[in-house]
Amino acid sequence: MMASSYNAKEEDGHHSGASSGTGLSKNKKPDNTAFKQQRLPAWQPILTAGSVLPAFFVIGLIFIPIGIGLYVTSNNIKEFEIDYTGVSSDSPCYNCAKNFTWNTTEPCVCTVNFTLLQPFESNVFMYYGLSNFYQNHRRYVKSRDDRQLNGDLSALTDPSKECEPYRKSGDVSIAPCGAIANSLFNDTLVLYYVDSNNSKIEVPLVKKGIAWWTDKHVKFRNPAGNSNLTLAFRDTAKPVNWAKPVYELDPSDPDNNGFINEDFIVWMRTAALPTFRKLYRIIQKKSGTTPTLPNGNYMLNITYNYPVLSFDGRKRMILSTISWMGGKNPFLGIAYITVGSICFFLGVVLLIIHHKYDNRNTSADIPS
Amino acid sequence: MERLRWVQQCCRQLLAGDSRRGWYSDGLPTSSLLNTHSPRGRVCGKQRTVFPRNGRHQQDYERVSRNYKSNAISTTKYTFLTFIPMNLFEQFHRAANLYFLFLTLLNWVPVVEAFQKEITMIPLLLVLIIIAIKDALEDFRRYLFDKKVNNNVVRVFCGTQKSYVDQCWKNVQVGDFVHLSCNEIIPADMLLLYSSDPHGVCYIETANLDGETNLKQRQVVSDFPLQGEEFTPESFHSRIECENPNNDLSRFRGYMEHSNGVRVGLHSGNLLLRSCTIRNTETVVGIVVYAGHETKAMMNNSGPRYKRSKLEKHLNTDILWCVVLLFVMCLTAAIGHGLWMNSFKESIFQVDTETPPALAGFYIFWTMVIVLQVLIPISLYVSIEIVKLGQIYFIHNDLSLYNKQLDSRIQCRALNITEDLGQIQYLFSDKTGTLTENKMVFRRCSIFGVEYPHEENARRLEVYESENTETAVCSVTLKSGYSGKSLSCRSLSCNRSSVSLHTLTAEPMEEDQLSGHVQPRTGAFCSRMAKEVVPDPALGRKLNWLTNHSSSETPSSMELTYITDFFLALAICNSVVVSSPNQPRHVIPEERTPLKSLEEVKLMFQRFSFSPFSALSPSQIKGSPHSLKSRLFIRGKRGSLTLSTPVSNTTDVSSSSQENDSKPDLSAREEEEQDVEDQETEDDLKDTQTNPDEARQSMQDLTKQVEEITDELVYEAESPDEAALVHAARAYRCTLRGRSAESLLVDLPGIGSLAIQLLHILPFDSNRKRMSVVVRHPLTGQVVVFTKGADSVIMDLAESPTDQTEVYSHIKEKTQKHLDAYAREGLRTLCIAKKVLKEDEYDLWLKAHMLAESSIENREELLLESAQRLETNLTLLGTTGIVDRLQEEVPETIAALQRAGIKVWVLTGDKQETAINIAYACKLLCASDKLLTANCGSKDACAALFEDLILEVQGGESLTALTGNGESMSSSFILVIDGRTLGWALEDELRSNFLELSRRCKAVICCRSTPLQKSQVVQLIRDHLGVMTLAVGDGANDVSMIQVADVGIGISGQEGMQAVMSSDFAISRFKHLSKLLLVHGHWCYSRLANMIQYFIYKNVMYVNLLFWYQFFCGFSGSVMTNSWVLILFNLIFTSAPPLIYGILNQDLPADALMELPELYQDAQTSKTFVPYMFWITVLDAFYQSLVCFFVPYFAYAGSDVGVLSFGSPINASALFIILLHQVIESNTLTWIHMVVLVLSCTSYFGFVLLLSGFCVTCSPPVNPLGIELLQMSHSLFYITCVLTTVAALLPRLFFQALCNTLHPSTVLKSAHMDTVDSENYCRRMQRWNMTHSKTNRRSAGADNAGLEPSLA
Repeated sequence: MMASSYNAKEEDGHHSGASSGTGLSKNKKPDNTAFKQQRLPAWQPILTAGSVLPAFFVIGLIFIPIGIGLYVTSNNIKEFEIDYTGVSSDSPCYNCAKNFTWNTTEPCVCTVNFTLLQPFESNVFMYYGLSNFYQNHRRYVKSRDDRQLNGDLSALTDPSKECEPYRKSGDVSIAPCGAIANSLFNDTLVLYYVDSNNSKIEVPLVKKGIAWWTDKHVKFRNPAGNSNLTLAFRDTAKPVNWAKPVYELDPSDPDNNGFINEDFIVWMRTAALPTFRKLYRIIQKKSGTTPTLPNGNYMLNITYNYPVLSFDGRKRMILSTISWMGGKNPFLGIAYITVGSICFFLGVVLLIIHHKYDNRNTSADIPS
Repeated sequence: MERLRWVQQCCRQLLAGDSRRGWYSDGLPTSSLLNTHSPRGRVCGKQRTVFPRNGRHQQDYERVSRNYKSNAISTTKYTFLTFIPMNLFEQFHRAANLYFLFLTLLNWVPVVEAFQKEITMIPLLLVLIIIAIKDALEDFRRYLFDKKVNNNVVRVFCGTQKSYVDQCWKNVQVGDFVHLSCNEIIPADMLLLYSSDPHGVCYIETANLDGETNLKQRQVVSDFPLQGEEFTPESFHSRIECENPNNDLSRFRGYMEHSNGVRVGLHSGNLLLRSCTIRNTETVVGIVVYAGHETKAMMNNSGPRYKRSKLEKHLNTDILWCVVLLFVMCLTAAIGHGLWMNSFKESIFQVDTETPPALAGFYIFWTMVIVLQVLIPISLYVSIEIVKLGQIYFIHNDLSLYNKQLDSRIQCRALNITEDLGQIQYLFSDKTGTLTENKMVFRRCSIFGVEYPHEENARRLEVYESENTETAVCSVTLKSGYSGKSLSCRSLSCNRSSVSLHTLTAEPMEEDQLSGHVQPRTGAFCSRMAKEVVPDPALGRKLNWLTNHSSSETPSSMELTYITDFFLALAICNSVVVSSPNQPRHVIPEERTPLKSLEEVKLMFQRFSFSPFSALSPSQIKGSPHSLKSRLFIRGKRGSLTLSTPVSNTTDVSSSSQENDSKPDLSAREEEEQDVEDQETEDDLKDTQTNPDEARQSMQDLTKQVEEITDELVYEAESPDEAALVHAARAYRCTLRGRSAESLLVDLPGIGSLAIQLLHILPFDSNRKRMSVVVRHPLTGQVVVFTKGADSVIMDLAESPTDQTEVYSHIKEKTQKHLDAYAREGLRTLCIAKKVLKEDEYDLWLKAHMLAESSIENREELLLESAQRLETNLTLLGTTGIVDRLQEEVPETIAALQRAGIKVWVLTGDKQETAINIAYACKLLCASDKLLTANCGSKDACAALFEDLILEVQGGESLTALTGNGESMSSSFILVIDGRTLGWALEDELRSNFLELSRRCKAVICCRSTPLQKSQVVQLIRDHLGVMTLAVGDGANDVSMIQVADVGIGISGQEGMQAVMSSDFAISRFKHLSKLLLVHGHWCYSRLANMIQYFIYKNVMYVNLLFWYQFFCGFSGSVMTNSWVLILFNLIFTSAPPLIYGILNQDLPADALMELPELYQDAQTSKTFVPYMFWITVLDAFYQSLVCFFVPYFAYAGSDVGVLSFGSPINASALFIILLHQVIESNTLTWIHMVVLVLSCTSYFGFVLLLSGFCVTCSPPVNPLGIELLQMSHSLFYITCVLTTVAALLPRLFFQALCNTLHPSTVLKSAHMDTVDSENYCRRMQRWNMTHSKTNRRSAGADNAGLEPSLA
């Protein structure tokens, strides 16, 4: 196929004959350059035991310390996790979980008590975790309209087809449209510290700053042109499963309302795996030396809205501190140590092989 | 008026254009087929009638010529409008493209849609666009060519203006009269009606057509006024009937019917072919019979060749496996999704719950086909083409495949089989011109049963040879300079002749320009070697007897006649065209020829055969034997510059005048030329010697003559044998001076120039294996047939006449003995015979012959018959032995190829003895080899012989097995088989035995084989042994073999370009084969094989990442990557490195491959592309993808990671793994590799960062804004990437190191060898230094104590 391009010269010889009478004294000798003669200076890696084994040792020597460092770091992270789904009958939320329908107007509230054995220093991040929830399902992931969420007015009233079947409710388009928005996590978690004399002190939870900066400021925008969100969203309907419209997500703070509500934004970033957590609130470190969450008894007050039992899901509340490498994860440390050790071991194997075989090869020729 | 005509013409053209397609498809191929296979089956309607377009036959003309194509050509495939549809149509002939089109369309189905609709189109579009651009460029170049050609201007007769007017080529129509001058290119196939040449001939150079540079003679249609008045197109009223256009260059039949009803036969000798060049003829007029695409040149213009390489076939099975893999993966996903759906009855994350699980699974199957499409590498085919182009580029630019003398590089004509060069197992070689130079040099001869060994000549050849090898550079420049000189003269002689005819411009100026402009390519037959034949003293003495009767020994008159006739035959029995730089080559300078009356000639003959020439030379006193000897001696040493005053005994005046006149001229010239010139002057002086009285008077004449003779004659022969023989004859002063259609001008010793009436030439053909000329003998006036041909044929035809039987049979016997001796020596033999015809015999034959010539139907057969009738009862004159030297480095090349495990077969048309001899010379045969000869008289004998031979070979093999001495080559067998036996061997019954036998032999030599047999042998081996075959040859007889072989290689040598035209690669020397195969073949193969494997690895590895993810997203076809990145990952980010790898990788250095040809074989069998390597690669890809997916999975499991954020480290580490994998696999890394690797990385990261920085809503519905930026600001990303990359590559690195250490292949050994060798050397040198320094120290210490500290 490509052939003819190259060949045209020779093939069309009889054409060019028209000019050949004048005679071409051009020399056809190829240029004697390193490139054309394929003599470019090259590094020729020959992988033998002898040449590779230093690399193995080096990798081993680097990886094992890193692994140890990671492991220690991970172990220093404090994490507390509590399942409040209410599967078993002795669970405080058992009733809420059982009697759930999307249409209940009366919120079901349950309270879970727990004890932190160790104090949590520095900032504590409060997550809610869902299991067996396939936020990464292809149809689910696609079921959104980024232009609508970006404040595009035309998309507001005419959402993308990807949102089907949560695109329109009757004739009115849904804002925010799509399955992701529709399934917004709507449990409310409130944390109380139960001090020694059994009085409840509400732990201050910061609900801003939990979303990515780019999401909050670039990707998500309320419909432009109207400072009053109620007016801005007047031609739209609320998602089917929602109790209240989007402009009432956080009536107290106009910067956290509508599409730029951070809980909403966090939910809209679909999780990669079916077991995931999402940042819910931040517990800021208090000044001074007092720990953010001292050890002791706590009470989690849950407004139980979100059903997960139908698909065998679980709901959790997680409290965690983070380090430079993120949340608690012993895997990386262990993996580094393992790989490093394997490298070291293989290095030793290679060393033995090198001594047994490589030397023989070279020494065989030498005596003479 | 003129305008109207133009419009009319345009309309006609348009009409013709409309009907063109139907006519074309109907008329063209069928008619040519019909014509070649069953000439009798032709009906008159299939003929073409041409009326002249001179205004008189307008009606007839228009009626008939409407359907004939005009001369405008268009070789383009597309027009501006049809380009897109047609190109697309062509591209979708490819299965891969269709498959991707299907995927694209599939993505439009909403239920299975995986990505945005545009994105799935990208790969297909990209591939289509790349190919389309390439096609468009090619087509545009063709268009430009066409335009240039179409707008060439030619002078065409215009009926209305009654004169020749300038017109573009494209406007030339069938029936037009075209007026051409010297050096113009013929615009269409036309009949020659007029030539300014007095004999009505014209010369054309067909180099543009078939690459042959010798001139071919064309004749004006017979019974046209040959000369005299200018041809007037108005007066032409004849009608031309000829066959329909076909592509047979050498055949043209038809007749011309004059207005008075007389028919004149037309043949290919009357046809001027398009794109040939008129040479040596001032003006020519012809009538166009075929124009444009119907010309023979255009119909022969087939495009480049397409062959499918073995690797490509192999690749297809791998692709098939990929498809199977894809199917399995999709099926898994489909079933998984169905089950998953089943377990989730009701969930808020399920968008669509109505679809039953089975149907959902079915949908998912197709979705997965789209998602995992990357597994089928669409870009692989494009990449392979690009890689091959790159490989071809490097092969084309290889300096060691460049021939300095011919100024020619290797030509790569087939571009898609480069890697087949690395898998050759059988090599079939022609002998003449392939193994040998095909520069024929006259070596020795035997006349009248007397052998003339030409010792001096042999010595000269040896000297030349050693000179050639010792001081190669020097002699090469000398030679090329010389041939260049003679050549440049030749190629421009026409030009100069026309110049001299028109104006008398200053010659020297011109000559300077000429010598500056060298065309060495055509220097073929004019080598110094071929020209300088040193006469044998004995023969020279005998010949001199003609001029100088006082020689000591007196040959019998009969012998003398034989000798004269022998040399006369050598000089004239050929198709050599003579030219000299100062004159038009064909012109016989008749004004200078002493036209002798018949009586005079007869007288001379009597004198020469019976009397001692007393009448001719009354003053022979000075021509004493002594002076003759000295003259001969001087001649023998010609080539050295020692000959200062050769003619001391001539008059001082003439000698000095000669020196005065010629020396200044000479000083500037080449050494050889000077010699020739000296020799010539010497001859001349000798002539003047005979008339000393006139010497003084002819002083001026002499100087003139000197000048004349200085312009040496240049012989242009169709085959180098002919040239060699003519030069040999010339050495005996039997010089061919000129040739025209009807006469030949020959210088005979002692007689001078004679015009010989040429009656007929019966040209050479391979069936007859001989050629003849019929002439009227200049001395006797008899009609004589001189025949020259292969010894086997001539010896059969030579029947002893009734008288002188005894002598004759004696001669024949002796000659046969000499022939055998020549063959043993490896010489090519030709026999020369003659036959004297009686007038009535001749008349009888002439009539029959004329009849044959004028017949249109089966003219060839009749002519053959006629020739055979004439060539009987010949009288054997003698035989010649011609040396064809081996090309340089042939033995080395053959040895290297054999070491590389390639079986070398020699297929030649030569005699068995010659073939065996050459085989010894080129070390194909060693002294220890056992020769198995198969010459059978019958098929049964042949069968029996094969059985025996097989047993013998088996015995020999078992013997070697018993002694366990497998390595010693002592008992290798060589099969020598002749053409007749080969014919039987190729038949069905004996085929298997022949294969069995030949398979066990080290080499096979087939002699006396026909071109057809050559191709049959190649085909047999190729098909039945299933091996890769390569055929190499240089001549037209090798074409079929070249075409049949998997790889056909043409040697652009002395015998035209047919072999080159049909070959895949064209080289200029046999020795280039070793570099081509051992280095380039090896490289191309290993590069391509590795690249394909890498490509598959890359795709499997990447696609599996997506597949693993399905287990965590409910098999829903979700991907963790932005779809742009997903599609472009393979298409752009990781596409360049494999290309560079495929073009530049060198698994072994070139010199190692050359030094250890065994590596060639090694590469075929071991490492690179054996089936299990595919599975190892796929397994490795699986492992790597597992690591690459699950390390990030565990690192991020349970965290708040988003879909795209999760994909980010996976993609990044996949990129690193894929690139570093290649680094591990690469054997060489140059800065180009580095640049490309870095570019790949930067392009990926640049792209994803750009997307994450600026893509706010650009990639709906999943949008990558901010993801990579955030990910890359986390240390976790880097920690994961490093771990993943290292863990993924660890096993490959380890196992490769392990394998290389435990089982160092020859490949690595050789690589090590250099270093080991140098280390050894160093150590030994150290040791040596140590020991010697001790002794030295002792002595040095004794001499100079001060040195000691420094040494210690």
